[in-house]
Amino acid sequence: MTSLPEPRPAKKLGLVIDLDTCVGCHACAVNCKEWNTGGHMAPLTDTNPYGADQSGVWFNRIHSYEVGEGCGGRTVNFPKSCLHCEEPACVTVCPTGASYKRSEDGIVLVDEDLCIGCKLCSWACPYGAREFDGDSGTMKKCTLCIDRIYNENLDEVDRVPACVSTCPASARHFGDLGDPDSDVSRMVAERGGYDLMPEMGYKPVNKYLPPRPRLGPTGQPAASMAPAEAGAAGLLRWVDRVLSR
Amino acid sequence: MHPAPSVVFFTTAAGAGYGLLALLGLFGAFGLLPPDPWLGAVSLGLALALVTVGLLASTLHLGHPERAWRAFSQWRSSWLSREGVASVITYIPALIFAAGWILAGRTGGMWAVAGILSAVAAAVTIYCTAMIYASLKPVPRWRNRWVVPGYFAMSVSTGAVLFAAIAAAFGLIGPALPLIAALAAVAAGAVKWIYWREIDAAPAAATAETATGLGKFGRVRLLEAPHTEENYLMKEMGYRIARKHAAKLRMIALVVGFGVPALIALVAVAIDGAGLRTVLLSLAAASALVGTFVERWLFFAEAKHSVTLYYGAAEV
Repeated sequence: MTSLPEPRPAKKLGLVIDLDTCVGCHACAVNCKEWNTGGHMAPLTDTNPYGADQSGVWFNRIHSYEVGEGCGGRTVNFPKSCLHCEEPACVTVCPTGASYKRSEDGIVLVDEDLCIGCKLCSWACPYGAREFDGDSGTMKKCTLCIDRIYNENLDEVDRVPACVSTCPASARHFGDLGDPDSDVSRMVAERGGYDLMPEMGYKPVNKYLPPRPRLGPTGQPAASMAPAEAGAAGLLRWVDRVLSR
Repeated sequence: MHPAPSVVFFTTAAGAGYGLLALLGLFGAFGLLPPDPWLGAVSLGLALALVTVGLLASTLHLGHPERAWRAFSQWRSSWLSREGVASVITYIPALIFAAGWILAGRTGGMWAVAGILSAVAAAVTIYCTAMIYASLKPVPRWRNRWVVPGYFAMSVSTGAVLFAAIAAAFGLIGPALPLIAALAAVAAGAVKWIYWREIDAAPAAATAETATGLGKFGRVRLLEAPHTEENYLMKEMGYRIARKHAAKLRMIALVVGFGVPALIALVAVAIDGAGLRTVLLSLAAASALVGTFVERWLFFAEAKHSVTLYYGAAEV
């Protein structure tokens, strides 16, 4: 049913992505691809994987951005997968009822038996979370590892999305963003986690933790570094800096 | 947005078909059409053929066309579903109106009711089609207030010129139909022109900074895309047309789609010979359809989707 659950689910399972610690290793994307070789939305098709004109279906893609200029500038690695929004237009535009939001935990899924592959849901998603699989003729998206998180065959510690379990930099966290006392909610509150493109009104559940301010050689935030001492140039300025550390 | 040929063809053909159907329904209901069953057969036949071929063609872009019947179920939330439902419902009064005109040779009385209902149902279907696009927040250029009027205006302009051509073929050489066709073409051209001016002048609805939330650090530039090769998102939503190409195509759409048909229709008003008039108005109709196809192609090609903000676009 592509109307959204009324009332909106209190439980909001989602991810928190830490842009400060993500190193852009793509391990989360690879693990997602591997886990989804079997299970809920498997397989994630690759076309011409060893030839020219390669393309493939991925749920999780990592972008890298250069942000700012000069001494405040930095590289930010930016993983992006379905944000399991509270107001997902990808669900309401679906003409067949294949796209739906679960009322028990807010996860947005695609029922592949109903999907006609019209691609309108991918147009409705501002974040690019949904991709068309030319092989199956249906739309695919991050399932929040619904086949892992409730899976009694796994140890409890493994009942987290594949991308979260594999991150070597602890940049990915999973939990209930609807519970203000959960670890993820506390993290978001402490670090100032934010929504992507809030002006679109989709109310994404996944939150992004902003990069922390860079520290200069004196242990102070880089932007507040005092300009070099007037008159000290070249070697003397370097000596000054080294001795101030 | 990648202009899928089947969708561009569908909205152009079905738009013309519904426009023609609506005009026939209204003219018939008000007793302005001769009860000639052949006129009914050709005009309604063309209208319904355009609509039907368009609808079938639109299933070509689906991954699973055999399940397309499921698309009628979610009319409570989905404009695409509503369009499907409305398009099927439109056949009912349209076929009743056709039966009255072609089999009974009458367009008045209860058949007039069917005519008016056909026009209403056709209008509802066009509205649903336009709303599919106008309701998508990630494509700011489709959120413009002229999108829905544009679909209506072009449905009427293509339908009217087809109507005028068929009427001339049946020897109906009054000034009304070509004049309506000319006016409709001018109006549609004006709506499109205003739409293009507004989207060109519109401020950004979202930027790479708001898309990533990193604006407080400064300007955001893509360093590396997720993969070196293209993906579905970029093929579907990353389609770009150079501004100078778009400008040329806009001119072609305006001239071929609206200017030429309007001019020919005005000339046709002064022509009494049914044969010559038919030829001229048929040319006008062909021009209108080609121009509308170009305009619809541009409607998709010029649209920018917010996902491109993650792939190097600065703003949408």
